[in-house]
Amino acid sequence: MSGFWLSDEQEAIREGVARVCADFDDEYWRETDETGRFPEAFVAAMAEGGWLGVAMPESVGGAGLGLTEASIVMQTVAESGAGFSGASAIHLNIFGPMPIVKFGTEAQKSVSLPRIISGEDKMCFAVTEPNSGLDTSSLETRAVRTNEGYRINGRKIWTTSAQRANKILIIARTTPKEEARKPTDGLSLFFADFDRSRIDAKPIPKMGRKAVECNTLFIDDLLVPHDALIGEEGQGFKYLLQGLNPERVLFAVESVGLGRAALRKAAQYAKERVVFGRPIGQNQGIQHPLAKAWAELEAANLLAFKAAALHDAGRDCGAEANAAKYLGAEAGFNACEASVLAHGGMGYAKEYDVERYFREAMIARIAPVSREMILNFIAERVLGLPKSY
Amino acid sequence: MKVLVPVKRVIDYNVKVRVKPDQTGVDLANVKMSMNPFDEIGTEEAVRLKEKGVATEVVVVSIGPAQAQETLRTALAMGADRGILIQTDADLEPLAVAKLLKAVIAEEQPGVVVMGKQAIDGDNNAVGQMLAALLDWPQATFASKIEISGQTASVTREVDGGLQTLSVALPAVITADLRLNEPRYASLPNIMKAKKKPIDIKSTGDYGVDVANRLTVVKVTEPPKRQGGAKVADVAELVSKLKNEAGVI
Repeated sequence: MSGFWLSDEQEAIREGVARVCADFDDEYWRETDETGRFPEAFVAAMAEGGWLGVAMPESVGGAGLGLTEASIVMQTVAESGAGFSGASAIHLNIFGPMPIVKFGTEAQKSVSLPRIISGEDKMCFAVTEPNSGLDTSSLETRAVRTNEGYRINGRKIWTTSAQRANKILIIARTTPKEEARKPTDGLSLFFADFDRSRIDAKPIPKMGRKAVECNTLFIDDLLVPHDALIGEEGQGFKYLLQGLNPERVLFAVESVGLGRAALRKAAQYAKERVVFGRPIGQNQGIQHPLAKAWAELEAANLLAFKAAALHDAGRDCGAEANAAKYLGAEAGFNACEASVLAHGGMGYAKEYDVERYFREAMIARIAPVSREMILNFIAERVLGLPKSY
Repeated sequence: MKVLVPVKRVIDYNVKVRVKPDQTGVDLANVKMSMNPFDEIGTEEAVRLKEKGVATEVVVVSIGPAQAQETLRTALAMGADRGILIQTDADLEPLAVAKLLKAVIAEEQPGVVVMGKQAIDGDNNAVGQMLAALLDWPQATFASKIEISGQTASVTREVDGGLQTLSVALPAVITADLRLNEPRYASLPNIMKAKKKPIDIKSTGDYGVDVANRLTVVKVTEPPKRQGGAKVADVAELVSKLKNEAGVI
C-alpha cells in the first residue's frame, strides 16, 4: 500500500491469508484462550501456505516482500478474529529473524532461515530483563567468551513462546557497561539451541492471550558455540534497533485488525439485539461510539501503512512507526471497549468473544514499548525538546 | 496433454447484488469481483491432472475487461502454467464466448477442456454445451468425478435421482459441478511465482468471429421481498389457510 489502497498483489495476499484464517473460527480461538493450548494447527496452516516467510529473502525460501506485505498478513490474521492469540503465535517468525537475515553469515542464513520459515524450528527472542526493561543498554545478562564458546548467565523476562521454542535469539553483554566505550556498545546477539538443561523457562500467568505464553528465563551457564554469534561482537544493540520500527508497525496493524474484529461483532450484535421493540443499533448512543472507533482505527491504519511504505523505501520511519504504534494500540483498545459496551451484559460473556479482544487489546498498549516512551521519543526527536529521562 | 480452462471474472459470491435504479442491469461499480467458483473448481481439477502426470500443461483463458488479468493470476497462483486474456469491455453472450473459445482451441489444440458448469452471474449454463457443439466434441456436463486414461475420460455426473457415469472420447468438453473437488488456497510462494507466468493479451478482433449480441435485456428487477410469516393457532387453521389462501391443498 504505497498508495491509499491495496495493489492487486497485496489484495491476493490478503485474500490468501483470509482463506487460511477462515478455517479457524471463533470457537477455535475461544478454546485456545480457555485451555492455553498453543494454536499449533493454525501455525502449521500458515507455515504450509508459505506465509511465515513473507518478509524473508527469496534465496532462503521466503517471498522477499516488504514490511507492507508483512503488515497485510498480520492484520488479516488479527482481523479474522484470531486477534493477538493468532497474531502473536506467528509474529516472531515474520520479523524476528531479521538480525540473522541482515547480519548473519551465509552459513547461518542458509542453515537457520529455511527451517524457521517452514515452521520446523521455533524460535523465541530474549531481550527484556527484570532489572532493565526498556533501558536495554542496562541489561545484565552476561556472555563470556571462552575457548569452547560463549558462556551465558542471566535472567530474561516476557520471552514469548519459550515453552515451545527449540531456538533462542538472545542479547547479552559481552563487555561490561563500565568497560565499553558507550553504554550501548558491548552487547552481542546470539542465535543458539534452546538448551533446557541450562535455561529454565517459567510461564507468567497473565491477563490475556493465554495460548501464547510469556516467560521468565533463568539462564545458568548456557554454552553456545562461537558461530552462534550474529554479526560482530559488541554490536548487538545496533542490530536490535533495526528491528524496532518494523515491530512497532506490526503491533499497530495487528491492533487495528483486532479493533476491526471487535467492531464487526458489535455492529452485528447491535443489528440483531432488539430492546424496546427495535434493534439497539438504531440508537445513536450505540452507533456513535462504534462509528468513532471506526474513524480512529482507519486513521491509525493510514499512519501505520505510511510507516511501512517509508521503511520499504529505505527511508527513516522512526517517528511514524512509533506514532502508529501509539495510535493503533489506543484505537484498537477503544474499539474493543466500545464493542464490549455495545454488547451490554453479553459483552462480559466469553461466548461473544469481545471480552477476549478487550483483554488482548491491552497487549499493544504496553508492548513492545510504552505509550510514554513513544511520546518521549516524539517530543525529543520530532519536536526537538530536551530529553526528559 | 494440454488442458484448457476458461475462467470468468464475476461478482464475488459473498456480495449482495444490487440492481441499478434504471433496471438495465446490476451495479458493478466498487463491487468485489472474483473468479467464478465453478471455474475455480475447473482450475483445481486441471492442476490436479497435471500433478497426477496426466496433463503436461494447464492453460487458462478469460474473456473480459483488463481486470480479468487478476482472475487469471489467481488461476496461475493455483498452479496453471500460462494465461490468455481476450480483452473486451462488452458483456458477451454465451454463443459469442463459445465461438471465441473455439478459436482459441484451434490455436492451442488442448486434449481436454475443463470448465465451470455455469457462471454465477448470468447462470446461463450454456457455454460448455455450445462449445462442444461448435467443436463437434463429446461433452460431459456437471462432473463430480473425472478419470482420464489414454484417450478416454470416465466422468461421473450428478443428475436428478443419482449419479451417471459416462465414458467420453477425448478431446472433449467437461464441465465441473460443485462437488468435483475443493479448490486449494493459493500459497504465498505460488502467488509470487504467478507474477512471473506469462499472460497473452488478445482482443476479440484477433479471432475473426462474430461476437455480436443476439439478445436484448428488457429489464432487470430484484426478486420480490419475502413476506413475513404468520402464526396459526392449531392444525385446523393451518389446513384452512393452506386450502383457501395458499390454494395448495
